[in-house]
Amino acid sequence: MKQKIINETFLFTILAIVMGLLVGAVVIFISGYNPIEAYGLMIKGIFSKPKYIARTIIRATPLILTGLSVAFAFRTGLFNIGAEGQFIIGALTAALLGYFIQLPMILHVPIVFLGSVFIASLWGAMAGYMKAKFGVHEVIATIMLNWIALYTSNYIISLEKVKMPGSESSYDIQETARMSIDWFKGIVGASTKVNFGMVIAVLASILIYYILFKTTLGYELRAVGYNKDAAEYGGIHIKRNIIVSMSIAGALAGAAGAVHVMGVSYRASTLAAMEGYGFNGIAVSLIGNNSPFGVVLSSFLFGGITYGGANMQLLGIPTEVINIVIGSIVFFVAAYRIFQWITIFFNHEKPQKEDR
Amino acid sequence: MLKDIAFIFGTTFMYATPLLYGALGGVFSENSGVVNIGIEGMMTIGAFSGAASTFILLELYGNALWVPWAGFLIAGLAGCFLALLHAIACITFRADQVVSGIAINFLGPGLAMFLGGRIFGGSGTTPTIPLEAKLIRPFDTILKGKPLLGMMLNQYISVYIVFSLVGISWYILYKTKFGIRLRAVGEHPKAADTLGINVYQMRYIAVLISGFLSGLGGASLSMAIIANFRPTLVSGQGFIALAAMIFGKWKPQGAMWACLLFGVTTALQIYLGSPAVGLKISTHLLSMIPYIITLIVLMGFVGKSSGPAANGIPYEKGKR
Repeated sequence: MKQKIINETFLFTILAIVMGLLVGAVVIFISGYNPIEAYGLMIKGIFSKPKYIARTIIRATPLILTGLSVAFAFRTGLFNIGAEGQFIIGALTAALLGYFIQLPMILHVPIVFLGSVFIASLWGAMAGYMKAKFGVHEVIATIMLNWIALYTSNYIISLEKVKMPGSESSYDIQETARMSIDWFKGIVGASTKVNFGMVIAVLASILIYYILFKTTLGYELRAVGYNKDAAEYGGIHIKRNIIVSMSIAGALAGAAGAVHVMGVSYRASTLAAMEGYGFNGIAVSLIGNNSPFGVVLSSFLFGGITYGGANMQLLGIPTEVINIVIGSIVFFVAAYRIFQWITIFFNHEKPQKEDR
Repeated sequence: MLKDIAFIFGTTFMYATPLLYGALGGVFSENSGVVNIGIEGMMTIGAFSGAASTFILLELYGNALWVPWAGFLIAGLAGCFLALLHAIACITFRADQVVSGIAINFLGPGLAMFLGGRIFGGSGTTPTIPLEAKLIRPFDTILKGKPLLGMMLNQYISVYIVFSLVGISWYILYKTKFGIRLRAVGEHPKAADTLGINVYQMRYIAVLISGFLSGLGGASLSMAIIANFRPTLVSGQGFIALAAMIFGKWKPQGAMWACLLFGVTTALQIYLGSPAVGLKISTHLLSMIPYIITLIVLMGFVGKSSGPAANGIPYEKGKR
C-alpha cells in the first residue's frame, strides 16, 4: 500500500512537470516562437558539452541544500521562508572566515564550512526561539530576519577591512579555503568552478533522511509536524523541538551559502534585493514532495531548466518564461487532483477518495 | 521640527499604502479559509498591468482623465486572474494552499517580466508614465501653498482609497450577511454548509477579492509612488503584507495598524538617512530598522496569534 502511494506521488509529479513544460510551450508559441526549437536549445544548453552539464550541477548544488532546509522544516510542521536569510548569513560567514583566517587547507576548509553552518544555524534558531518563546509566527519572523540578514551582510561588506576597494564585494577568500576540484577543470575548463559542494549536498540529503526517519529526534520532530497536540500529549517537548528544527533548517541553508562562496563566488557581495536561493529552495522542496531524495532530483530539474533555459535567449525569448514554467510545475504539483479528474473524465469512474 | 514631523507623517502613509492593499486582500482570503501566500505575485502582476496598460492607453487615447483609472482597474483584474488560478487549485482541486501560493509567486513576476520584455523590450521595465497620467492627488489644488499640510495630506488617491477600504472591509466582514457568511466558511465550513451557505462560492469570491486588492496594491506602487514597473519594484512587499495581516490578527483594523507601524519605521529610516539630519550611520543599518522594530513589537506586545479555525484546510463536501 505504502509503495503504491509513493508511486502515485511520483507519477503526479512527472505529470506536473510535463504540464508545466506544456504551459511554457504554449506561452512561447503564442508569443510567436517555435517551442520545439526553444526547448531544443534548452536541452542543448544542459547536455551538449561536459562544461554545460558541470555548470548545471553547480547551479543545482545550493538548491539541494536550501531545498532540504525548507523540506526539513516542512516535515516538522514549520514553514521556513527564511532559507534566503540563512543562506546570506552562511555566505557572509564563509567569506569572512575564508579571508581573515590563515590556516593550511586541511584545516581551513572544514573550519570555514562548519563555522558558517554553525552561525547560520544560530540564525535559524532565532526564528525558532521567537516562535517557541513569544509565539511569533515563524513566517513573519523568518521574513523579517531575511531582510535583517541582507542588511547585516551589506553593512559588514561595506566595512573598510572587508570591502575590496573599487568593488561591491568582500575580498576574495584565501586559496586554502576554496573547495574546488582542480583535476576536473582539465575536462570542463577553468572557468567552470567544479567543487565539492555536490558531494556535501548529497551527503546532507542522506543525513537528513537518516535524522528524519531513523532517529528518535526525527520521530519526535515529525510527530510535532503531524499533530502538535498529540505530540505534546505524548510527552514531546514542543518548544525545544521547534528551536532544534529551525536550527537544523538554518544549518542546511547556511551550508548552501558556504558552498556557494567556497566553491563558486569566493566572495560575498552587496545585495540590492534577495537573490532567490531560499525562495527557489521552497519550489524545489515542494516539487520534490518535501522528501530528501525528491529534493535532490528536483534540484537537478530546477538547475537544468534555469541554466539551460537561459539559452532560449538566442531566439529572443525573454528568459522569464522559465519562471512561468517553474510556477506552472509547482501549480500542477499543488493541484494534482486535476489529473485524477482528467482520468475520471475519460474513464467515467468514481472519483478516488484517497489522499496522497 | 514641524516640517520633520510632517515629512514623517506623509511618508508613513505613502509606504503603508501598498502593504495595506495586500494585507486587506489577505484578510478576505484567509477569513474565508484560504491561505494566500501569493500576495507577492498578485501585487507584482498588478504593478506591471497598471503601469503597462496606462502607458498603452495613453498612446491610444491620449491623456484622458479616465486613463489612470482604467489602468488601476486593470491592475486589480490582473490580480484577480492570478487569484482565480489560486482559487481553482485550492478550492476546486483542494490543493495545498501554501504550494499553490508559491506557484503564484513564480507566475506573477514571470508573467509580468515576460510580457514586459515582449511588449516593451529590454528586461521588463515599462516606460515611465508622464506625471499627468499617474493616479491623481485629489487635494492638490486645495493644498497648494500650504507646505506643511501638503506634505502630510497631499497624497495620491490610492492612499485615501485604501484607508477607506479598511472601514468598508470591517463593515462588510462584521456587519453584513455576506461577511458573516464569509467568516463562517473560514471558521467552520461544515456548519456553514449545513446552514445552506455555498462554501465553494464564498471562498471563490473571497480569493478573487483578495487578488483584486493585491493587484491594486501593486498599482499603488507603479502608478503613484513611482511611475513605472521594474522587476525589483515589489521585491518582498507582498510578504511584508502577509506578515502585517498575521500581525494584525487577520482583522482589517489590525492589518492597518501593522502596516502603519511598518510605514512609520520606514519613514523614520528615510528621515534619519536624509542629509538634512546628518546622522553618520550606515544606510545599511538604518534599513534594518523597520524589520527589527516589527520583531520587537511582535515579541513584546502582541503574543500568540492564531487565524480562522479552518484556515488552510480544503473543504470537501460530504467528508466527515
